[in-house]
Amino acid sequence: MLDQTPAPLVSVRDLKMHFPIYAGLFRRRVGEVKAVDGVSFDVMEGETLGLVGESGCGKSTCGRAVLRLYDITSGEIRIDGREIGSVPQPDLRTMRPTMQMVFQDPQASLNPRMTVEAIIKEPLDEHTKLTEAEKREKVAELMDAVGLNRKFAKRYPHAFSGGQRQRIGIARALALNPKFIVCDEPIAALDVSIQAQVVNLLEDLQEKFGLTYLFISHDLSMVRHIATRVAVMYLGKVVELSPREALYAEPLHPYTKALLSAVPEPDPALASTRERIILQGDVPSPSNPPQGCNFCTRCPAVMDICKQDEPKTHEVQPGRFVACHLYNDTADRTAGTEV
Amino acid sequence: MTDQSVDTAVEELTKPRNQWLDVWDQFKTHKGAVVGLGFLIFITLFCAIGPFVWDVDPGKLDIRNKDVRPIYMAIFDGDAKTSWARPMGTDHLGRDIMANTMQGGRISLAVGWTAMILAVLIGTLVGVFAGYFKRLDGLLMRFTDLVLSLPILPLLLVMMLLFRDPLRAAFGPEQGIFILIVTGIGITSWMQTARIVRGDVMAIKEREFVLAARSIGTPARRMITRHLLPNVMSPIMVSATLGLATAIITESALSFLGLGFPSDFPTWGKILFDSVDRMTAFPERVIWPGLAISLTVLSVNYIGDGLRDALDPRIRGQ
Repeated sequence: MLDQTPAPLVSVRDLKMHFPIYAGLFRRRVGEVKAVDGVSFDVMEGETLGLVGESGCGKSTCGRAVLRLYDITSGEIRIDGREIGSVPQPDLRTMRPTMQMVFQDPQASLNPRMTVEAIIKEPLDEHTKLTEAEKREKVAELMDAVGLNRKFAKRYPHAFSGGQRQRIGIARALALNPKFIVCDEPIAALDVSIQAQVVNLLEDLQEKFGLTYLFISHDLSMVRHIATRVAVMYLGKVVELSPREALYAEPLHPYTKALLSAVPEPDPALASTRERIILQGDVPSPSNPPQGCNFCTRCPAVMDICKQDEPKTHEVQPGRFVACHLYNDTADRTAGTEV
Repeated sequence: MTDQSVDTAVEELTKPRNQWLDVWDQFKTHKGAVVGLGFLIFITLFCAIGPFVWDVDPGKLDIRNKDVRPIYMAIFDGDAKTSWARPMGTDHLGRDIMANTMQGGRISLAVGWTAMILAVLIGTLVGVFAGYFKRLDGLLMRFTDLVLSLPILPLLLVMMLLFRDPLRAAFGPEQGIFILIVTGIGITSWMQTARIVRGDVMAIKEREFVLAARSIGTPARRMITRHLLPNVMSPIMVSATLGLATAIITESALSFLGLGFPSDFPTWGKILFDSVDRMTAFPERVIWPGLAISLTVLSVNYIGDGLRDALDPRIRGQ
């Protein structure tokens, strides 16, 4: 759709984010939570990459790690031609205007002691040398852009509804004209009627400012609506990465199949005929993932090899990447490239 | 965007209502705070301007007019020794109690405010640094525990003994003692504030808006001043009001032990302790300075309460 540009804007390679666990009397390091464990993907300029998965699979951590809100364990992150994976935090400051984030909980992500104007103005204060009047004008423009009344600039976040607060968060993210925005479940905390408004706003803004999104969500139907390509995460790893249409039409990975079969079908006639894949058991602990494939404990199509070897990611069809032993043969035939 | 909308918007944006007016409006709705503010202004003026109006030397002995009862005693007891020249009476050495209360109030208020501000500054600083920078946390908090475990009064007494004479020599008898007492009280009462602030900072640090500020690239110093401090204002305010009370009381305890200000130098605490011996015969000598201390502390408490509400935009909006 929009990926005529060959070089990706964002390119993540083997990103790992492990959180140490300390325990015992001497707070010794006894292990680590492998929240994100070897994730690789590209985001082309102007596209929206949807990142889906059940809760606790490391989606949000992945999004935050890409923006270097955490000090990552290992991996490469290249945004707009600059490698930021191992840059110390203070040196990232100049990079911040390029990449911004919209947060999940609009209530928690706005400082309750700051006015809307001060909140949207903060990025301008930090990174621009505009005068006060220019900043105020810019804030007013941003408020127009996200559909907030300019008169509300002096109000505090508590006086707004959830959808309006999320608009404030979006305006703040837009203030520095970023190229890349990580939307960390921006609609999860909103009412269904407001969700559509916010998603449409995000789409409009993408068109207007040529933004690139990493759209993290657990709402598969919303991702289908907004994303160009979709990456499915399970227990810290990307199991499938495909263009939207192909993924929803024909999911390849068993986990993706199960996930898609869980999307409610509005038509009762269709719903009764539909095959629903119900996974048994629970997600294994990310501090102690199973040997072999992470999904082998719950996979309906599990084989012996799944419990021994970790599947590599292969391009099984043009543009479709899957990490599953079921597709190893196809991958060998098509001389699959590793991502 | 049409020109007209720009005009109206600019008009609205160029005359924003001053936020301190909103704060004042909310403050006014807190009756206790308004009364407290009124009393604090009254007592401050009483002590600051009073001595110029009531021009009596508080230290002057007048043995012939000793033990004069306050003027209102004439109502209950016609035989009581009262005099319009001594409306609040005199003590056992004939010193005028009204002049003493004014002079004592000056010292007590100055010590209270300065020591409290010092303690709150140190406490906030230590608390914010310990809460925000993980690396400093252990060190600063163990230091806080260390200071907290010291017995305060003996420590203060030792400090007085050690530093009284050099400071007197350097700054003069009154100034030197004032500095000594204020620093002594200040550096021995910041620990509660530090602990409370540290806990709150640690909690707020994990909130998403701090993460959002980090994604903007806000450096640590502005993170603290812009996001953390305004949100820990309420506990700081509470410990400040309590700190003022503790400072005034600690100063009076020191004076009582004879290691505070020189004996010819009245403070509320000292007047109080001087009068304890003959409390049953002359209750007014205890009641007035005692009342002054408690009412000042109470009014500051109420002001702090009102200010805390007024500074919270969530409460202010209602």
